[in-house]
Amino acid sequence: MFVFDTITHRLKRGCETMAYPNGPAPALPDRHGGALRVEAAKCADGCTACIAVCPTGAIAHPSGKPVALDLGRCLFCSECVVACPNHAIVQTRDHRMAVRRRGDLVLGGRGQEELRLADALGDELRGLLGRSLRLRQVSAGGCGACEADTNVLGTIGWDLSRFGIQFVASPRHADGLLITGPVTKAMELALLKTWEAVPEPKIVIAVGACAISGGPFVGHSEHCGGAEALLPVDLFVPGCPPHPLTILDGLLRLLGRLEGLPAGGPPAGRVGA
Amino acid sequence: MNSTDTFAQLANGTALPWAEVPAWPVAEFVQVTASALERGGRLCAWFGVAEPAAGPALGRAQAPAAGSALGQGAICLVAVVAFDAENILSVGRSEPFAGKYPALTPLNHQAHLFEREVWEQYGVEPEGHPWLKPVRRTAGTAPAVGEFFRVDGAEIHEVAVGPVHAGIIEPGHFRFQCAGEEVIHLEIALGYQHRGVETALAGGPHRATCSQMETVAGDTTIAHATAYATVLETLGGGEAPLRAQWLRSIALELERLANHTGDLGALANDVAFLPTSSSCGKIRGDFLNLTALLCGNRFGRGLVRPGGCGHDLEPARIAQALERLAAALAEVETAATWLWDAASVRARFENVGTVYASQAAEIGLVGPAARASGVVRDVRYDHPAGWHRFAQAPVAVWSGGDVLARARVRWLEIQRSGQFLREQLASPPEGAVREELLPAAPDTLAVTLVEGWRGEVCHVALTDEAGRFRNYKVVDPSFHNWTGLALALRGQAISDFPICNKSFNLSYCGFDL
Repeated sequence: MFVFDTITHRLKRGCETMAYPNGPAPALPDRHGGALRVEAAKCADGCTACIAVCPTGAIAHPSGKPVALDLGRCLFCSECVVACPNHAIVQTRDHRMAVRRRGDLVLGGRGQEELRLADALGDELRGLLGRSLRLRQVSAGGCGACEADTNVLGTIGWDLSRFGIQFVASPRHADGLLITGPVTKAMELALLKTWEAVPEPKIVIAVGACAISGGPFVGHSEHCGGAEALLPVDLFVPGCPPHPLTILDGLLRLLGRLEGLPAGGPPAGRVGA
Repeated sequence: MNSTDTFAQLANGTALPWAEVPAWPVAEFVQVTASALERGGRLCAWFGVAEPAAGPALGRAQAPAAGSALGQGAICLVAVVAFDAENILSVGRSEPFAGKYPALTPLNHQAHLFEREVWEQYGVEPEGHPWLKPVRRTAGTAPAVGEFFRVDGAEIHEVAVGPVHAGIIEPGHFRFQCAGEEVIHLEIALGYQHRGVETALAGGPHRATCSQMETVAGDTTIAHATAYATVLETLGGGEAPLRAQWLRSIALELERLANHTGDLGALANDVAFLPTSSSCGKIRGDFLNLTALLCGNRFGRGLVRPGGCGHDLEPARIAQALERLAAALAEVETAATWLWDAASVRARFENVGTVYASQAAEIGLVGPAARASGVVRDVRYDHPAGWHRFAQAPVAVWSGGDVLARARVRWLEIQRSGQFLREQLASPPEGAVREELLPAAPDTLAVTLVEGWRGEVCHVALTDEAGRFRNYKVVDPSFHNWTGLALALRGQAISDFPICNKSFNLSYCGFDL
């Protein structure tokens, strides 16, 4: 009886996997601000309103230099957006945030108002991994949220495996690591052993503010301040946690799978600068 | 009330001056605590407070080597004991001491991990503790896990699992002593996730504190943030506006719905029952997205703030929430019905990983794991604070103590949470959602319990003479419940570890802090 029920139910529901990236990306929740845009040129002289409210010290204003907001430390709490009297920091509602270089997460200066989104892996790695990427996930002090929103990519709505991307149990079967958490000292040995077990060539993806900078725990001596302290990172995905769409965008961007697709460009509903 | 042998009483979400917390010489304090637990009390928290005369609280870098002589001066031990049936919390402490004291653990097993923790943090040795070893201390680039309990015998073999596990999951180490397939003993060694949450709280609150509280255990953001915010509001002598308390209670149930639904799916997946597994994976996301409808973040970050809530719900948003909630609840009902209808699933769940009611009480299990062993224990009902003073959901209990019972309790709670949300969303209280936070009272102890989806979240703050945190203790439900998983495995086939583990689904970082 129940077998019949499940089959009819499935038929009634049809395919529940989203059209993205061949169709439009699902909308972010309306209260999710998306990526930030920072125009230091709009800052008033000597204003520190944003610096005072940032929980992780992600914003700095060195004298004589433009204000610099580090999205690698940012928890996207939007306190600075509210605090800024000149609207120098605004939300873009853009889900795309992944970058290839740590420095690209620092916004503010001329030409650095917005994120320089990740470009694809080089030809050789792209040739090897572009259509088949196996990742070993290592949580090294992650709170479970980045892990959960990575895991969700395997559910029917997202269906990560349609891109040839899969999470595997053994590092020996993997092409790289996806790291979450600030990399606690207590996980240092385990992380390095896992890394050594991954055959060359291999990549590292750091997901979430913790894995990029230590996130909410920035400055604590119990962790290494992110994956880059120990390993060369190929992709940084900011957020606390990043929305699943942001993680997927990063993975596809890294593999060059968004090129020429509608999802490769800015989302339709984007509020521009 | 005889002040010589009773703790000071207080209600959930209240505070009392530190000077009014009764103190005993440490050996007597252990006896008084043991007799309170003997009378039906439950140990919510047990922790050390460094005496200011001996210098500032231990800094991160100064933590003593485990087992070393006390180098930092004297501490007080503090116990928070709950009498669930009487709806009372009580607190007592020892007089300052250093060195050794007679352990509480031989008298009551609920103290087992707490005493190891205090020993690890302050170097005071509980004499007679049967298994004194580190809880979460880091030694170099790995936790100081110490020696494992070994079973001798020619037929015995040992299985080591972790810290890095097969799936996308937090790290921890499991050491099994097996005779063939049968697990004789499981020892769980954690500490891999230690981020220094409690040490960073000294002298706080700091700018990052609220964000850290939201990530103590990332899937329990609302419960921990609510406990923290309530502590600050209590120390300020007030409470959050009613509308904020209402909103927090709604977010708390959404958190429960998302996690319980995910757990039902994960349990189904582990017995290869894919219809429910794949459905619940999606529906869990629908519940997370409902939380994101409230505040933009799927885990509820930014919603709970000291003094109230960071967002409000306008009528249109409430209507949308109700509509989406109804759809998700209908879907989860279908998915759960498939699960219960399948004899193959029931056969895999029944009589696997049993924790008896007496064991659950003995080790102080909390949350759905306790309720699945027939223990009626739920903070929302036993110690109502916030909105739960006005609105409650029935306590969901199932006897049996096995994987089936833990799954059934989750399903009952999904139904009860759904009903709670339907009722509460339909009748929001008026008013603001955030008010100015008043300065915290000096030299005051505040205790807050919140029934998170895994069970009791306990926060205890003690302020200094300036109203800053002199000490802050966070007890995640996982701290109580990991022992339950170890007991559940006794006599089980090791191949049943995954479903036993999923049926508890405990937090590693919540334990490791």
